Amino acid sequence: MKRRSLAAGVLCWLIALAMFFPLFWMLLASFKTEVEAVQTPPLLFFHPTLRNYHDIFQQADYLAFFWNSVVISVVSTAIELVIAVPAAFAMAFYPTKRTRGTLLWMLSTKMLPAVGVLVPIYLLSRDFHLLDTRIALIIIYVLSNLPIAVWMLFTFFRETPKDIIEASRIDGAGVWQSIVNVLLPLVAPGIASTALLNIILAWNEAFWSLNLTAHDAAPLPAFIASFSAPQGLFWAKLSAASVLAIAPILVFGWISQRQLVRGLTFGAVK
Amino acid sequence: MSGAGVSDPAGRRGTPAPGRGQVGRRRRFHLSETLPLVAPSVLLLLVWMIVPLAMTLYFSFRRYNLLNPMLHGWAGLSNYRYLVESGALWSALLVTIIMVGAVLAITVVFGAVFAALFANEFPGQGIARVLVISPFFVMPTVSALVWKNLLMNPVNGLIGYLTRAVGLGAVDWFGRLPLISIIWIVAWEWLPFAFLILFTSIQSVDESSVEAARLDGAGPIAIFRHIQVPHMGRAISVVVMMETIFLIGIFAEIFVTTAGGPGIATTNLAFLIYQRALLAFNVGGASAAGVIAIILANIMALFLINTVAKRLDV
Repeated sequence: MKRRSLAAGVLCWLIALAMFFPLFWMLLASFKTEVEAVQTPPLLFFHPTLRNYHDIFQQADYLAFFWNSVVISVVSTAIELVIAVPAAFAMAFYPTKRTRGTLLWMLSTKMLPAVGVLVPIYLLSRDFHLLDTRIALIIIYVLSNLPIAVWMLFTFFRETPKDIIEASRIDGAGVWQSIVNVLLPLVAPGIASTALLNIILAWNEAFWSLNLTAHDAAPLPAFIASFSAPQGLFWAKLSAASVLAIAPILVFGWISQRQLVRGLTFGAVK
Repeated sequence: MSGAGVSDPAGRRGTPAPGRGQVGRRRRFHLSETLPLVAPSVLLLLVWMIVPLAMTLYFSFRRYNLLNPMLHGWAGLSNYRYLVESGALWSALLVTIIMVGAVLAITVVFGAVFAALFANEFPGQGIARVLVISPFFVMPTVSALVWKNLLMNPVNGLIGYLTRAVGLGAVDWFGRLPLISIIWIVAWEWLPFAFLILFTSIQSVDESSVEAARLDGAGPIAIFRHIQVPHMGRAISVVVMMETIFLIGIFAEIFVTTAGGPGIATTNLAFLIYQRALLAFNVGGASAAGVIAIILANIMALFLINTVAKRLDV
């Protein structure tokens, strides 16, 4: 039985409002004029305007950045799932004596800090003419998130009764038939949350997108960074651009919060 | 196939021996069928791990500057020696350790406390939880710029206004307390991560033992210390290790706020490597720093892998 506690409830709500406040404040600023946004004392009540959103969309570039983000995160997630689903399937249902070692080794590749390999990745991208292309980021995101995808899918697949796969096998199904016709419908929620986590990670990734893109392939994190230049400091526009950049991902995060724990802790916490 | 079934006196009616043998084999896929399923992942990760690692290691012993093609050949340990002697490395290491340590301390302590508080039932619990975890889903460049400008700007920011209003005057956060400012922002981003995982873990605390402790007169603090925190032990270690891996590479927040300054006050290892490689084009020096970052991360990684391995029942 859970205990209801008024004091704890009030405290929790204060914490929640405090944690969310910067985002709320940003949302407010996005509806202010540039003058109102920097006004002191700060304005809590004002005539909201959609001017900033209008301006952002007028700026043809914004949609290009947004589109880069969509393409990079969706395509990298799709490729990754195609590679990870069969691997997780084989390891979850037909483990060999090497499966355990393979899984832990995959996890260890995630431990390589991006900064440690910045130099070679930058040089390789340059030599293959992939600097400032979406392909470079897609490749990097597929590879760096692959261990998370395999692990997360593995933990979901493990919870699926093995008998069902074996039954389909007895009925004469091949490997791919088993995966597509039997497994996928059963684990659709697990695959959906794996996809969501990977889209979130790719969408928000800033290290590689800042270092490997300039203009053509720059996704939103790099575009937002361009607001840091002192001469381009428009708080209201920065806020509007930020709201648009984080809104879809925030919703994804809310939907999948529970399953994310599994992916982010490699199954150690469920 | 030669006959376990035949010699089986119990006799499986209607199941001839050959059929049984075949079923037994057919229930499983052959290695020749499952290996190709795993191979692409393994091969890709193998390349992804070995090639850049080998290149970083190789470059770290080379003289290599993108601006000066005349400079080449083996450098021995001079890239490392230069890093050590210039003092930049020690400063960057110190900044990295302070950042990681401070963010870890803040996020784990508050994450655990928040998790315990949210373990209570109260109206709107689900919505409150969503609000708390939201910062984690915000891209780092947005978080950093919103904090730096809208909130922490000494002239027009909200915090400056509030501190002036109560007579404390405004603080030039990024000028005076740059490291604390960045730690503050990063902690705000990662506190939700710690909270989310610790909250998930605390959900599985045995309610009856909490109830029993309560009947014995234990207050919420005693329950937190003696039941909830020990229960979260593994989750806490996972949070510490996962965060460390990510926090060693904090980059975007520094990039858009202080650019490593003032001076080198906020230049961590990640930013140092970036400066050496992409601003100074010193591939050799940057690679040497990269090798050090990799070693640092791997010390933490060993602990993490051990923790996960204990839980993995394959």
